[in-house]
Amino acid sequence: MREWLRRQRYLIDYSLSALARRPGKHLGLLLVYTLIVFLLASVMLFTQSLRREAALVLAESPEIILQRQVAGRHDLMPIAYLDKIGSIRGVGTKYGRLWGYFYDPPVRANYTLMVPPAAASQTADPGPGQIAIGAGIARTRGLAVGDYLSLRSARGEPFSFRVASVLSHETELVSSDLILLSEDDFRRFFDFPPDRVTDIVLGVRNPLEVRKVAEKLSLALPDTRPILREEILRTYDAVFGWRQGLVFVLLGGTLLAFVIFAWDRASGLSGEERREIGILKSIGWETGDVLRMKFWEGAILSLIAFFFGYLLAYLHVFYLSAALFEPVLKGWAVLYPDFRPIPFVDGLQVATLFFFTVFPYTVATIVPIWRAAVTDPDAVMR
Amino acid sequence: MIELRDVRKVFNQGRHNELWAVRGVTLDLEPNRVTVLKGPSGSGKTTLLSMIGALARPTAGRISLDGRLISNLPERFMTEVRRSTFGFVFQRFNLIRGLTVLENVMLPAYPLAPDYGDLRSRALGLLAQFAMESKSADRVEWLSGGEAQRTAICRALINEPRILIADEPTANLDSKLSRELVGLLGDLLDLGKTVLVASHDPLVFESSRVSRVVEMRDGQLAGESSC
Repeated sequence: MREWLRRQRYLIDYSLSALARRPGKHLGLLLVYTLIVFLLASVMLFTQSLRREAALVLAESPEIILQRQVAGRHDLMPIAYLDKIGSIRGVGTKYGRLWGYFYDPPVRANYTLMVPPAAASQTADPGPGQIAIGAGIARTRGLAVGDYLSLRSARGEPFSFRVASVLSHETELVSSDLILLSEDDFRRFFDFPPDRVTDIVLGVRNPLEVRKVAEKLSLALPDTRPILREEILRTYDAVFGWRQGLVFVLLGGTLLAFVIFAWDRASGLSGEERREIGILKSIGWETGDVLRMKFWEGAILSLIAFFFGYLLAYLHVFYLSAALFEPVLKGWAVLYPDFRPIPFVDGLQVATLFFFTVFPYTVATIVPIWRAAVTDPDAVMR
Repeated sequence: MIELRDVRKVFNQGRHNELWAVRGVTLDLEPNRVTVLKGPSGSGKTTLLSMIGALARPTAGRISLDGRLISNLPERFMTEVRRSTFGFVFQRFNLIRGLTVLENVMLPAYPLAPDYGDLRSRALGLLAQFAMESKSADRVEWLSGGEAQRTAICRALINEPRILIADEPTANLDSKLSRELVGLLGDLLDLGKTVLVASHDPLVFESSRVSRVVEMRDGQLAGESSC
């Protein structure tokens, strides 16, 4: 075993010197290789962290959201329905939510206005005439705590709200365009009927009962539609998956160009390299030794490119908020959240990326070298 | 003892450019002697040496080393024989550019994976023996012809082979360096080595250190003289 390790050390030593002896060829290859790994890893890391972020946010959300529908469209929900739901077994908490959208012409953005549910104690009611705003709105409108935000109500009257607080950065993925206000302000601003809410949310203690509860709701309230949390999660997943696929298709061309480039660069043995292989064989190296040496050469190059490509992607995604992919992957909102994903690396994902970048390159280099290495060493005598 | 029995080698067999480089050579080569294969260019000297040194297989015939047949061994075993028995000095030195003198000398021992310290001191010892110690850290492309030749000899000796094979070793050297080289080959004899040289340089085959001269022409033995 020690002898085996020592032999590998000798071969690696020789491979490193071989890489250093042809800096032009290897540096170019290393740059392109690193760029490819960087692009692929960036997409993978970013979509993965978006999915994870969405899952984390939704984990806090209620198991069932009940919406009323009229002619297949979302309609306001009578508060009386809360009583109708009454005593369905398994339902823990239930309350009506008040929320809506508001288009702000000066900045051409949609805000989400919402009354913090009394049950969700983590966000306190801002109080009459006061609002809590998301970081995206604060940025776009240049607002700070204590400033006033004027919006035109549904009746055309101007409404001034005092900014009581700016919502935390940590929740920006979902709160970037959010305005929290009191129930009275909400109803007056939108001219919202007093006996209505936007929808109803239900907490179900046992996850196995969620579907059964939804079924009972559909029967008890035929004009409503229950939306389950798992369905939302699945939709998010599909949307992110679809976008990731789109980017991968775009990157496909680049990847193909790289494979051709790598094949050409790595497999096209120069006369000098062929001669070198001949010399090594004539002075007592076996074909296997030459192949192992060349394997190390390719592996060292691949590993360096993979390491740096992945590291750059990590910095790009988690420190620069994936500046290159933001428009494609984040969504269609006007107020882009200043989203800083939580650093997270998935082992399986790293392995997949490693396999699809390092493995093809190594094969591309080994095959032609094997062809050169099996030739008789007496060629160098001529 | 190396025995060759009716050894033949053909290149491009069956094609329009078929060439019989060696045609039925039978020869015994004794140990601890300097034997020179002499003959004009194209006489088959190099081809014969490469077959003796297990670099190539004969098309027909047998080559034995100390009674062991080596001409039909699989590649792996041929490499093993080559590595443990023969050291090669090539006409164009065949040093690897970009590496230092010391690295070039140590190179044949890499697959054997000896202790690095031992290998290094062995290589430096050989370089000192051939007055190349001061050049050990120099890259080989900076060397003069004579220095490159001595580096090549050190490299050939690093695995302590019993037999040294040199192909036209003076082809790229001036007369002074050629004489020096013949002297060095003679010194190897004193170290108990067997030396086989292919050359058509009179400075080599007329040297007093040469024990035997075998003449070749058109792939066949054409004469012989012992010195």
